[in-house]
Amino acid sequence: MSAPAGTGHPVLEIRGLRVDYGRGSQAVHAVIDTDLTLRRGEVVGLAGESGSGKSTLAYGATRLLRQPGVIAGGNVIFRPDADRPDLGIDILDASPGDLRSMRWRDVALVFQSAMNSLNPVLSVRSQLTDTLAAHLPHTSKTERVERAAELLKLVGISPDRLTSYPHELSGGMKQRVMIAMALALDPQVVIMDEPTTALDVVTQRQILQQIIELRDRLAFSVLFITHDLSLLLEMADTIAIMYAGRIVESAPAEQLFRAPRHPYSAALLNSFPSLHGERKVMSGIPGSPPDLRSVPAGCAFQPRCPYALPRCAVEVPPLSEPAVRTTSHRVVACWLQEEAEQPAALAAPEPEARARRLVSSAPIPAPEPFGGPL
Amino acid sequence: MTASTSTPALPASDRPRGTPVLEARGLTKLFRIRSPRERGKNRFRATVHAVEDVDLVLETGRVTAVVGESGSGKTTLARMLAQLIKPTSGQILLDGKPVSGRRLHAYRTKVQMVFQDPFASLNPVHNVRYHLSRPVRIHHRAHGKAAVNAAVDALLSRVRLEPPRNFTDKLPHELSGGQRQRVAIARALAAGPTILLADEPVSMLDVSIRLGVLNLLGELRDVEGLAILYVTHDIASARYFADTMTVMYAGRVVESGPSLEVTDHPSHPYTQLLLDAAPDPERPGPQVIEARGSAPSLIAPPSGCRFHPRCPHAMPICSEQQPAQETVGEGHVAACWLHHADFSLGTDSPRN
Repeated sequence: MSAPAGTGHPVLEIRGLRVDYGRGSQAVHAVIDTDLTLRRGEVVGLAGESGSGKSTLAYGATRLLRQPGVIAGGNVIFRPDADRPDLGIDILDASPGDLRSMRWRDVALVFQSAMNSLNPVLSVRSQLTDTLAAHLPHTSKTERVERAAELLKLVGISPDRLTSYPHELSGGMKQRVMIAMALALDPQVVIMDEPTTALDVVTQRQILQQIIELRDRLAFSVLFITHDLSLLLEMADTIAIMYAGRIVESAPAEQLFRAPRHPYSAALLNSFPSLHGERKVMSGIPGSPPDLRSVPAGCAFQPRCPYALPRCAVEVPPLSEPAVRTTSHRVVACWLQEEAEQPAALAAPEPEARARRLVSSAPIPAPEPFGGPL
Repeated sequence: MTASTSTPALPASDRPRGTPVLEARGLTKLFRIRSPRERGKNRFRATVHAVEDVDLVLETGRVTAVVGESGSGKTTLARMLAQLIKPTSGQILLDGKPVSGRRLHAYRTKVQMVFQDPFASLNPVHNVRYHLSRPVRIHHRAHGKAAVNAAVDALLSRVRLEPPRNFTDKLPHELSGGQRQRVAIARALAAGPTILLADEPVSMLDVSIRLGVLNLLGELRDVEGLAILYVTHDIASARYFADTMTVMYAGRVVESGPSLEVTDHPSHPYTQLLLDAAPDPERPGPQVIEARGSAPSLIAPPSGCRFHPRCPHAMPICSEQQPAQETVGEGHVAACWLHHADFSLGTDSPRN
C-alpha cells in the first residue's frame, strides 16, 4: 500500500491556476487562484457542484481546454522523478512536442462519459493499439496487441473482447476500457473526471474498487473529480471542495467528514441522506449555486451561508489553516476562522487520522450467510 | 418529517391519510422490437420484458418509492400509471375503479407526472406563466384572465417560488435547475391532482438543492395529502423521503415494505447488494462487494428468479421457479426462495 495521505512527495502541483472563459472585461472566471497538490500514490478528490470549475481545473491543468477557455495565470508543476523531487516541468510552459509526449505517458485522463469517449466505428483493439502506436512507435504490432490484451485483463475484461466494438459492451465495460486506455503507458498521474456518473450504483462500486486496486498495484496518483462527495469520503485520501471557481476547503477525507470547517462543506455533507439511524429532516442548502457571470462580492458562498459576517460580503477569505489547530494538512477559506468562537456545526473535534480505504489489503472475507440459518 | 396540521384545502386531503387511491394489479409491459430486415409476420422478432406482474398501491398522504437500477422497469411502470403507455396486461384502479384508456382527461385531472429533466420538460420559448396557465385552463381550475393569473400565482407560492411576480414572466433559461423543477412541479399541480408521479425528480439537480425539492414534495404530501410515487435509483433518498419502498429488478418487484424496514432489514439479496454498493461514509470498515455481473437482458430474462445468476445464495430452485412474495415483516414482503417455508425457518427466522 502507498504512503499515507500528505506524506509522499508531490507529483503534480497546481499553483495559483486561473482559468477564464473569454477575454477582457467579459471574461468569466471559472477557476480562480487555485492551489492543489497531488502526492505520489495519493487519491485526491475534487468535489463541487456543476459550474464550480472542477472540470475546468482539470482541463486547464493539462492544457486540454478548448476555446474560449484561456489559462490566465499560474503554474502546474509535474515532477516526473520520484527520486529527484526538486525536478519539475511546468506543464503550462511546455512546448507542444513535450506536451504531446507527456500527455498520456505521464498524465492520463479518463473522461466523463465513456459512452461518448470511445470511437463507435473502431474496435477496442484498434483504439487501444492506436494509443500505444502513437507513443511507442518502436513497438511491433504483435507487441501492441499483446499489451492491449494485458490491459484488458488488468481491468477485469476478458481479452477476447478485443475485437468488440463499443456498442457491444455494457456501460461499465466501456468505462473499464477507458481506464485501461488511460493506464496503457503506466502514467504517474491519472485524472478522472466523473468516471462513474452515468453508471448504476452497483457498477459504480465495482469500478471504484477496480480503480483503488489498480492504484495499490501500480502506484499511480489519482485526481478524482466528482459532484458526489459521499463517494469521495470512501475512496479519497484528501478531499478538496470547490465553490464558484475556488477551493474553499481541503482536508484529509476522514477529517473533512467528521470535522468540516467551512460552512459549505458542512452543508454539503448534510445534503446526503444517510442509510442508517433515525430519519432526520435535512435541509440541503438554500438558494442555488452562483452564476459565474455574476459571482457575489466577497465570499461567493456568503448569500447562502447561515453564519455570514458583514466582512464576508466585502473581502474574499484566503485559504489558510483553520483556527482550531490540527495535526493534519488542512486549509479552509472562511472568515469565521478568525472569530473567537466557531458555530457548533463547524467546531467538531478532529478524529484520529486514519486512511479510509475502499479496498482493504486483507483478503476479501467470505460473504455473511444471508437470512439466518438456511 | 413532521406531519403538518394545517387545514386541508384541497380535494386530495378529503380522505384520511393512507386511503389507497391508485392501484396497479399485475401490471405488465412487453415491448416488441421490430427487426429492420424482416417484413410481415416475422417483423416482431423479439420481446423486451420491461415490467412483469407488478402490484403497487399509492395512498393519500404517503410517498411510495420505486427503487431500481436502469433497466429495472421503474420508469415504464410510472409511465403506465400515467397512462402515457398502455399496459400489455394488468389493471390500474383509480379510487377503486378500473380505468379504461378512454376517459383520459378526467384521469389526468387526478394523476399528474413530474419528469426527470427540467431542462427538457419545459418549453424554452415559453415563459412560466404560459406553462402554468395552460393546465389551469385545460383542467378548468379557473376561468377568466384575472382568475387564471391568481391561480398561477398561487401555484408558484405552493412550490415556494416567492414572490410569484418575480417568476411569472421568466423563461426557462433564466431559472436555475431547482427553480425549473419547481415550475415543473407547479405545472403538475395546476391540474389539481390527488396523485403525483415523480420520475427521478431530483437526479438532474445539483446535490445541494436536491433536498430542497424533496422536502417540497414532502410538504405537499403532509399538508395537502397528495399521494406521491417517487421513482429513483438512489436508495438513500428513498429512505429519507418515502414512507414505503418497492425495489425492482429486471422488471419485477423483489422487495417492498416500509422504507426504513426495507433499508434497515433488507431481505432480498438484490436489496442487500444495492445497499452495499451505495456510497456510505458511515460504513464502519471497508466494504467490498463481489463483482457479480450485471443486470440481465430483458429480451431473454433468466428463468425463475431473475436475480439468481448474480445471487450469492442461489439454490437449484431459484433457476427453476419464480419465487412468490413471502412476508418477512409487518407489511414487508420479499420475493425470494430463502424466505419460503421449505427453505428457511419460516418468517420467524432472524434476518440480517
